[in-house]
Amino acid sequence: MSRAEIAIVGAAETTQLGKVPELSQTGLHADAALNAMADCGLTPADIDGVATGGHDVAEIIQYLGITPTWYDGTSVGGCSFITLVRHAAAAIQQGLCTTVLITHGESGRSNNRSHRPIFPSMQQQEFESIYGPLVPPSRFTLPVMRKMKDDGLTEEQLAMVAVVQREWAGFHPRATMRDPITVDDVLSSKMIAYPFRLMMCCLVSDGGGALILTSAERAKDFPTKPVYLRGTGGESAEGPMISQMESFSSSKAFRVSGKAAFDSAGITHADVDHLMIYDAFAHLPVYGLEDLGFVGRGEGGAFIAEGNTRPGGKLPLNTNGGGLSYMHSGMYGMYALQEAVRQMRGTSPAQVEGAKLSVVHGVGGMFSAAATVVMTTEDAW
Amino acid sequence: MSERQTPTIYPETRFYWDGAKAGKLLLNACTPCGGKAYFPPRPFCPTCGSRDVTVTEASGRGTLHSYIINHLPAPGYEPPFTVAVVMLEEGVKMVSNILDCPAEPEALILDMPLEVTFEQRGDVAVPQFRPAKGGAA
Repeated sequence: MSRAEIAIVGAAETTQLGKVPELSQTGLHADAALNAMADCGLTPADIDGVATGGHDVAEIIQYLGITPTWYDGTSVGGCSFITLVRHAAAAIQQGLCTTVLITHGESGRSNNRSHRPIFPSMQQQEFESIYGPLVPPSRFTLPVMRKMKDDGLTEEQLAMVAVVQREWAGFHPRATMRDPITVDDVLSSKMIAYPFRLMMCCLVSDGGGALILTSAERAKDFPTKPVYLRGTGGESAEGPMISQMESFSSSKAFRVSGKAAFDSAGITHADVDHLMIYDAFAHLPVYGLEDLGFVGRGEGGAFIAEGNTRPGGKLPLNTNGGGLSYMHSGMYGMYALQEAVRQMRGTSPAQVEGAKLSVVHGVGGMFSAAATVVMTTEDAW
Repeated sequence: MSERQTPTIYPETRFYWDGAKAGKLLLNACTPCGGKAYFPPRPFCPTCGSRDVTVTEASGRGTLHSYIINHLPAPGYEPPFTVAVVMLEEGVKMVSNILDCPAEPEALILDMPLEVTFEQRGDVAVPQFRPAKGGAA
């Protein structure tokens, strides 16, 4: 029998999500951090580890008045916060700190910030940007025509990803887009980068979120229901030049990260009650389902289109509505984590009845990096 | 309309851009890996780590591996325009636009043969691809 060693004891998003012009990016970090500390009854004096991505971790430390013995500023894009959960767990287990605050804040819509959060890549700029793909909708989409030809993925299946996630978003009062949509709505929305249309692309939002982690032993002293980590999670990276992906139909970083998470947790796919796969664009849940092994290669699009991931389906996926409908600040990974914590606490507006185990899988950059963590309600297994 | 971007050229990639100026598509290739080409340029092999690498001229032939038709603005471009990934005969992938070809799905057939050409941007020649003349490569 294995016992849980690390727990998430505090979790919160920013007070407002979507349009938050009254806060700076640093202010969004702080609002989320203060909400997470209030969630579990802590103050900045109780925090001795701080981690964030896409923002100078030292600025967050100073702004919040924390004196840390450990910090981590891993910045690989939107999955950084999923990566940081496993880094924080390792740090606590090594005794480098006891109580870690992971913060995310991003003024993606209002642009109240001094810098964009993803580092420019020298070779990406020299050999890709000069041909005109300057923003995520024209970069992240580049491999998909290849996958459509090789694996039979269709535009209708991509549209269904957006349709199903909108169904989930309908449960969430804080979701930006909640009105039901149809495949026709998606396929008649504005063309952005063929074959991708507007409704297959994520929102651009302001917001933030924060988590507080500590040892499973200490977790029992907190007022919140502990959400335990199972296994070490996983991470990997392939790099910022999307044209250099080994395969355009499957992400090597997804496969390596997912396998490490499943192997270390000692779980099979049948054990997973709830799943979050970072969806900056509609193809990502398809790649994620296949590369994490929930379905075979080429089966992800049909699996979603057939309704397996919708409310009442056998594998509830992206139950907050995802980056397509809930919110997407730019680095969405924190919101996938927040929804998984809500599901494990039993407090999601789209609660999956009896869910005990959740897998959160994220992408960083444009298939550049990946991270996966497994959460559970159980302190032993 | 503003000008199309030109690359920031670094010491390790100077040969590539000098080659383009001379009308050649140059690649690095690894000697221990049997002359296997790789991209983008760097002074060591990303497969085996060897510094025993050479510069080789690509055939200039490739195929359309994947693409988008970009409707978003980019300096010097008039949307919609094609952004493609070309699979070179040497087995490496690189980004290109597709010149002399309508930016329409009907004209952009995956795996169709392409050939290199060069687009002048100020002092810099940028490798580009267009449908191969005479059909099959």
